[in-house]
Amino acid sequence: MAQITKQYEESGRTETQPRLDYAPYRSSILRHPTKDPRHTDPETIELYAPAFGERDVHKLESDLTIQDGGEPIGERIRITGRILDGDGRPVRNQLVEIWQANAAGRYIHKRDQHPAPIDPNFTGVGRCLTGDDGSYSFVTIKPGPYPWKNHQNAWRPAHVHFSLFGTDFTQRMITQMYFPGDPLFALDPIYQSIVDPKARERLVADYDHNVSEHEWLLGYKWDIVLSGSNRTWTEDDSNV
Amino acid sequence: MSENTQRLVPTPGQTIGPFYGYALPYENGENLVDRSHPGSVRLHGTVYDGHGVPVPDSMLEIWQADENGNVSQETGSLIRDGYTFTGFGRVAVDNEGHYTFTTVNPGPTEAGKAPFICLTVFARGLLNRLFTRIYLPEDTEALANDPLLSGLSEDERATLVAPAKRTARCASTCTCRVTARPCSWPTRGLNDQHRSSHTGKPPGG
Ligand SMILES: [Fe+3]
Repeated sequence: MAQITKQYEESGRTETQPRLDYAPYRSSILRHPTKDPRHTDPETIELYAPAFGERDVHKLESDLTIQDGGEPIGERIRITGRILDGDGRPVRNQLVEIWQANAAGRYIHKRDQHPAPIDPNFTGVGRCLTGDDGSYSFVTIKPGPYPWKNHQNAWRPAHVHFSLFGTDFTQRMITQMYFPGDPLFALDPIYQSIVDPKARERLVADYDHNVSEHEWLLGYKWDIVLSGSNRTWTEDDSNV
Repeated sequence: MSENTQRLVPTPGQTIGPFYGYALPYENGENLVDRSHPGSVRLHGTVYDGHGVPVPDSMLEIWQADENGNVSQETGSLIRDGYTFTGFGRVAVDNEGHYTFTTVNPGPTEAGKAPFICLTVFARGLLNRLFTRIYLPEDTEALANDPLLSGLSEDERATLVAPAKRTARCASTCTCRVTARPCSWPTRGLNDQHRSSHTGKPPGG
């Protein structure tokens, strides 16, 4: 990884997205495109995204600590922020989905064999719709780091997976949010696949004391920017 | 994606990872219409890696116009009522890398345009999502005039057009569409150095 970092620094270029072919993440070796993508102007269908509403998402789905009756174990946190497009416009009424490990670093997934306890009161799955200002908010438990098989003694930094829709289907993306100051950042090939330090720091939430609640939870703030939209906006939209 | 033309820099993507299976796929996610719908088609195929080995941990999403070329803005993709066409579908591939959507053929959104289905590919090991299109083969004139397709070689074009075939497994009204290599935008997808070994031999048909 150090060598790739050095080459990037010497290249003088600015990258903002992960490398798709990043050999230190072994699974990317056979799963990356080998030819350059062909860009094309988006057509009608690509300028829209599916619509989601109250029918799809219940309000309680944004609180991952109340889903199974009992209290899950771990640090209770709120993660909140805004989803904007590349022109700074809020992405309204759109679907946000998250999933994560529990406080011990274990997923409710049959292929997760990490010998850490399952929390019977925590599934780690949440959904919400963004508000008119593009805001989202989840109450959850801070996930633990977990081991994986990429290399000897490999551990993922604690993270929450985020799935996002924009106003155009071409803004669809899935990413991971990290917590500030994680000592595993420098060792994690998935995080480091974003070779530009400023770019990868965009995935790290800020601790925000204004979001924290007295004797209840700690607050993290994380804003997300989707790519620019190609749709023609009305006067009304741009005034927000 | 030049930074000069955008005021804000997009947040980077990351791999979907291995453990999305209990979080993202949902009941009837792959059924945009019911199988009994008179215009229903089965859209299916397999996701391969660069060695031609099926990828068992990939998730696909489609987004398309309805049969008349209208773009749906109806809610209810996650909890389907069985009647409303929302245009969106999501499915996780099975252990053999195979997927199936039940949908309808999209109509052209503008007269003379070649209809296509938008496809997004996510997978463990794929560090960011990939977008591609699945074209329908019927309107050859529209295909010939399509701005994306006309810039491609014959081989590349073939990777984006899904052949249709009627099969005994389906009702007589049902057409199966097979996308052999959903992941090549022509080539904007998973490593496709072994494409030739799959050409003309769509798996799972
Ligand atoms: Fe994870």
